[in-house]
Amino acid sequence: MNSAVDSALFPEGTRRCSAKLFFLWTLPWLALLAWGGLSAALCLWKGLNQTNMSNIFAFALWIVFDLAVIALGAGAFFTGFLTYIVGKKELKNVINAAVIIGFICYSGAIAMLGIDIGQPIRGWFIFWHANIHSMLVEVSFCITCYLMVLGIEFIPIILENRQAKKVNELRFFGHNLHGIMPLFAATGTFLSFFHQGSLGGMFGVMYARPFAARDGFYVWPWTFFLFVFSAIAVGPLFTILCTKLAELITRKKLVPDNVVQLLAKISGWLLSIYLVLKIFDTLGWMYGIVPKAGLTFMDFYKQGPYGVWMVVVEILICGVIPAIILMAPKAREQQGWLIFAGLLACAGIVINRFVFIIVTLAIPVMPFDRFWSYLPTWQEWGIALAIVGYGFLLFSAAYRYLPVFPKEKELNPIGEQGE
Amino acid sequence: MTPLSFEWQWSIDYFVFMGLLYIALGIVGCGLAYVIIKTGLQVFGFLRERHFDEH
Repeated sequence: MNSAVDSALFPEGTRRCSAKLFFLWTLPWLALLAWGGLSAALCLWKGLNQTNMSNIFAFALWIVFDLAVIALGAGAFFTGFLTYIVGKKELKNVINAAVIIGFICYSGAIAMLGIDIGQPIRGWFIFWHANIHSMLVEVSFCITCYLMVLGIEFIPIILENRQAKKVNELRFFGHNLHGIMPLFAATGTFLSFFHQGSLGGMFGVMYARPFAARDGFYVWPWTFFLFVFSAIAVGPLFTILCTKLAELITRKKLVPDNVVQLLAKISGWLLSIYLVLKIFDTLGWMYGIVPKAGLTFMDFYKQGPYGVWMVVVEILICGVIPAIILMAPKAREQQGWLIFAGLLACAGIVINRFVFIIVTLAIPVMPFDRFWSYLPTWQEWGIALAIVGYGFLLFSAAYRYLPVFPKEKELNPIGEQGE
Repeated sequence: MTPLSFEWQWSIDYFVFMGLLYIALGIVGCGLAYVIIKTGLQVFGFLRERHFDEH
């Protein structure tokens, strides 16, 4: 039985599991958070010597996680863009979930960066003493501003809580915020476009590292555009995967099929365009940048565990295959294939970010350099996995107490609902 | 960084980079201010509540 206070907070017309079961569900995620808290405390107290980062690997596991969750969290801005700017009204059935997932991804990434910079009390230096020619500064500005926008987008969802709605001031505030959401969606789109792009541009301008360097257009290397495309292709897929996981755990239907299909179709098209551009970019790099640096394609894959297989896995297995599945209506309409394609595409983008961060730094630059290997410490894993725990906790609490899925009541009439 | 900071340079790069940041912050700030003022007017009865579609 739920306690009266707990159940009074549930969205109207919905059923939720007992408070005891919910508490048990949160335990593994609380454990991950505790591990992350201990790791963060050690890093802040003793310094970054708790990690295996070095002058070679100044970017390591945390930045891989950062870039991966920022790409996967792009579903928030892109779904917002499609809903409020393009006018795909049916996506209102999934926009709340997309915003919460985006908020989790961005707040988690910024919390992790707070540890990564070593001295968080100097974090404000990047804003006040900005190096305006640095892509990282642009990324920092846009990520923090966009987190602010996501926070604003999250407020109306919180104020839709059954008890909060009873307070007139909160109800007015929530409704008014909701009324000008297109303004925030447009601002979020602008900010996201530039930080997703600059995260990619940052690698493309590494002219001393031919593995990452790219030609481009004006001040933007091709990686700028590739990172934007990959994020908007995969972000909605990650939102779909999260809603499917929520449906599996709650044993309910939460989002109408036509909404999922629309998002999957758009993702399929974007993923296909991205792959065409990525393949052209890879060929241009192989026959342009690499020979100009006096190297051959295979020179990058001679040492260490990162062989040509990574290119095949990233582009072919985790790129072309999910794109074909998502482009074929018959295939993406089958839930199993849709989830399979989503998992592959998300894995492909994580591999892409890993390659640009870790492999770029591991590969020797000078003839007398050697291949560098890197393995994260338990403290690094602790902080990175804390984001997973935080994400599950926040999304679970949001699902329990807020009307995250507007069609839940309609799709699961009382008496037929799971828990 | 503002034009009053010692690092500031009166060049186009600074205008574009910092200008875009302040425009974005300005839009968000104006949006929030509009919502707060409108809510205040509704709470004190100077403005009727507008009903939005269920979302």
